[in-house]
Amino acid sequence: MAFSIFKKKDQENKPSETGIFSRLKTGLSKTRDVLNTDINALFKSNRKIDDSLFEELEELLITSDMGMDITMDMMDRIRKRSGRLSTADQVKSVLKEELIALFPQKPESAAPPVLTRPHVIMVVGVNGTGKTTTLGKLATQFTRQGKKVLIAAADTFRAAAIEQVEIWADRAGASIVKHKQGADPAAVAYDAVEAAMARGIDILLIDTAGRLHTQKNLMEELKKIKRTVAKKMPQAPHEVLMVLDATTGQNAISQAKMFHEAVGVTQLAVTKLDGTAKGGIVAAVSSTMDLPIRCIGVGEGLDDLQAFEADRFINALFD
Amino acid sequence: MFENLSDRLDAVFKKLKGHGTLNEKNIEDGLKQVRMALLEADVNYKVAKTVISDIKARALGQEVMQSLTPGQQVIKIVYDEFTRMMGSEHQDLDFGGGAMGGVMLVGLQGSGKTTTAGKLGLYLRKQGRKPFLVPVDVYRPAAIDQLKKIGTQLDLPVFDTSPDMKPLKICQDAQLAAREQGCDTLLYDTAGRLHMDDTLMAELETLKKGVNPSEILLVADAMTGQDAVNIAGSFDKRLDLTGFVLTKMDGDARGGAALSIKAVTGKPLKFIGVGEKSTALEAFHPDRMASKILGMGDTISFIERAQEAVDEKEAKSLEKKLRQNAFTLEDFKNQMKSVRKMGSVKDLLGMLPGMNKKQLKGLDINDKEFGKIEAIINSMTMEEREKYAIIKASRKKRIALGSGTSVQDVNKLLKSYTQSMKMIKKFNKGGMRSLKGMLPF
Ligand SMILES: Nc1nc2c(ncn2[C@@H]2O[C@H](COP(=O)(O)OP(=O)(O)OP(=O)(O)O)[C@@H](O)[C@H]2O)c(=O)[nH]1
Ligand SMILES: Nc1nc2c(ncn2[C@@H]2O[C@H](COP(=O)(O)OP(=O)(O)OP(=O)(O)O)[C@@H](O)[C@H]2O)c(=O)[nH]1
Ligand SMILES: [Mg+2]
Ligand SMILES: [Mg+2]
Repeated sequence: MAFSIFKKKDQENKPSETGIFSRLKTGLSKTRDVLNTDINALFKSNRKIDDSLFEELEELLITSDMGMDITMDMMDRIRKRSGRLSTADQVKSVLKEELIALFPQKPESAAPPVLTRPHVIMVVGVNGTGKTTTLGKLATQFTRQGKKVLIAAADTFRAAAIEQVEIWADRAGASIVKHKQGADPAAVAYDAVEAAMARGIDILLIDTAGRLHTQKNLMEELKKIKRTVAKKMPQAPHEVLMVLDATTGQNAISQAKMFHEAVGVTQLAVTKLDGTAKGGIVAAVSSTMDLPIRCIGVGEGLDDLQAFEADRFINALFD
Repeated sequence: MFENLSDRLDAVFKKLKGHGTLNEKNIEDGLKQVRMALLEADVNYKVAKTVISDIKARALGQEVMQSLTPGQQVIKIVYDEFTRMMGSEHQDLDFGGGAMGGVMLVGLQGSGKTTTAGKLGLYLRKQGRKPFLVPVDVYRPAAIDQLKKIGTQLDLPVFDTSPDMKPLKICQDAQLAAREQGCDTLLYDTAGRLHMDDTLMAELETLKKGVNPSEILLVADAMTGQDAVNIAGSFDKRLDLTGFVLTKMDGDARGGAALSIKAVTGKPLKFIGVGEKSTALEAFHPDRMASKILGMGDTISFIERAQEAVDEKEAKSLEKKLRQNAFTLEDFKNQMKSVRKMGSVKDLLGMLPGMNKKQLKGLDINDKEFGKIEAIINSMTMEEREKYAIIKASRKKRIALGSGTSVQDVNKLLKSYTQSMKMIKKFNKGGMRSLKGMLPF
């Protein structure tokens, strides 16, 4: 019911093709346009490999928010490997390889893991990164797979956070456990796990309030939510998904480190990749923390969530 | 790896110490470090380049000062340059003297527009204006609800919108409604949008034409990376912003985006957001921002915030006590009381130059603990509050009994107090002297 009253912001922008790859490309089109022009201009086919090429390449990496450490590292490696190359075009391939290599390698996937029921995913991150939206999109993906999904409205702090996640639950066809604004978020989470166990729920998604990683009390609160969940169901939460905003600069590293320290992040989601020509921080965090990226957000709509695969992602940026 | 810009510049400091005079060579080394630090603080690549070459020109042309080491001199030049770039002084909202004022808040998704609308409402009411909140975000789920709730919390009127209304119609109807309700300042909370989203940027242009706001503020996240220049540039080009607000400054982001945005738009940074609560809005002061990006701490802001929550006399005497290492347990308690309105002791100490996060570990005190602390200190005699060292085992037992706590709690409090004292002493000894001559007080 609530579904129809929320207009699509940008109808024309909706990808028409359904293939994952073309959707990914459409979502990233703006990123690609900017990066691609830069990259292609940089590697004009007959360009010599010289210091000015390296300098521009360094600028490209820095302005993509890759961070100084990784940029310097990568430049070293590219310089070394370029000794044997003769054209700028070949350097481009080297760059591509190096970029792909930044992301943690996925283990050879055997049979898909058997999930315990309920499978509990706790969503965390700093303020306004897109936790609730990503959770809503994920819920939709799960219900479309025929799973029974429950959402815990454990952001009891921000104004209308509960109403917001309720609308997403409605859109996704998931049920919800909520308390009043101001209630103890750990209690909401506890009730949700209990309900999920009683009702034979497949996936429980816990929405938590945004908090800056430097706020000790709020980080303690997050730990308490996690502990409380585990009290009810010892292996839970099975996943702690940290949501990062792709427009973030170097602070994302500090965010990821401190959230990881507090609640043991198991994977990352990167949002707003439709809006930035940069997103190098994605690589920086994933590589520094050795954390896999589960999915990327490329818009505000129900379908604007993509699975992340490093080579596909990098290729989409280059081609 | 250095933790932040301050550490890095401290290292530059050390390296340059004893070199005597500034020359091409030691300046290059120093500037390389400054450049790295700027980039790590998310100052845009091109902006950093310009800053560095300006600084170099200034530094080389300058007489070597007697009072400063070369390192200090480099820092001072960087600091001056930053301050100059950030603008000369705080600029308030300008309603041009008209009867009706309007502030339109624009920006990317999740930057803090709605929260800032509430904060500005509160701020303007304190200034004697009659704000009217207008929810123009018909897209994001529960966006209207969010502003309505904020309005209710703050007891500010909110225009009654529903998501099936057109944004322009909302704004126009709101103008009439504001007048009817005797309000004089409309705060338009627009939906988050990408700077490259042509359709939605055009919507903002239409809104601007339709409501003719006195201020159009870009609300940007302090954690924004290199793209801040493109974001701010695009919004400014299409809307001719009157200024910007930098939110989430309460974290550990160095806020290099401020410098980038300022450099690319030339528009003033008017406010900074320092928390989720509606009171967490501060006027922007260029010199303070410069020292924040530089990691020189925010001593002035510390004193000013203390003034708001305490009163001027108290704040002055506190500052004096801090500097004279004469901070007693009684002060500790009083301070904690007012401090709780502003953030934690740790936050406040963290604003002073030379403080490092690791040293501040263990200084956190939450609300529940505070109740205990207050009870414990209340059970002490005045003498004990002034000379904590006399509190030995038997006194501890008595205090614990009197306050309904345990000796352990008393010990914990004393430990946290002595730790604060140590911090303050260290700060008075090292931090202050080494920065003397360049801080604006
Ligand atoms: N363009 C774009 N916008 C997004 C994306 N993901 C989320 N958003 C928008 O970002 C804003 C913030 O999203 P939320 O999901 O409310 O963020 P949150 O992390 O839950 O925020 P808090 O709970 O307040 O900390 C909303 O306007 C979303 O529509 C994305 O992938 N692309
Ligand atoms: N710590 C901190 N959090 C803030 C600050 N300003 C806003 N927030 C938080 O950031 C998140 C997003 O704030 P909103 O006001 O909803 O952002 P918005 O720009 O209106 O978001 P959209 O309407 O979705 O584009 C919320 O969790 C706010 O509580 C600030 O100065 N400090
Ligand atoms: Mg949320
Ligand atoms: Mg909003």
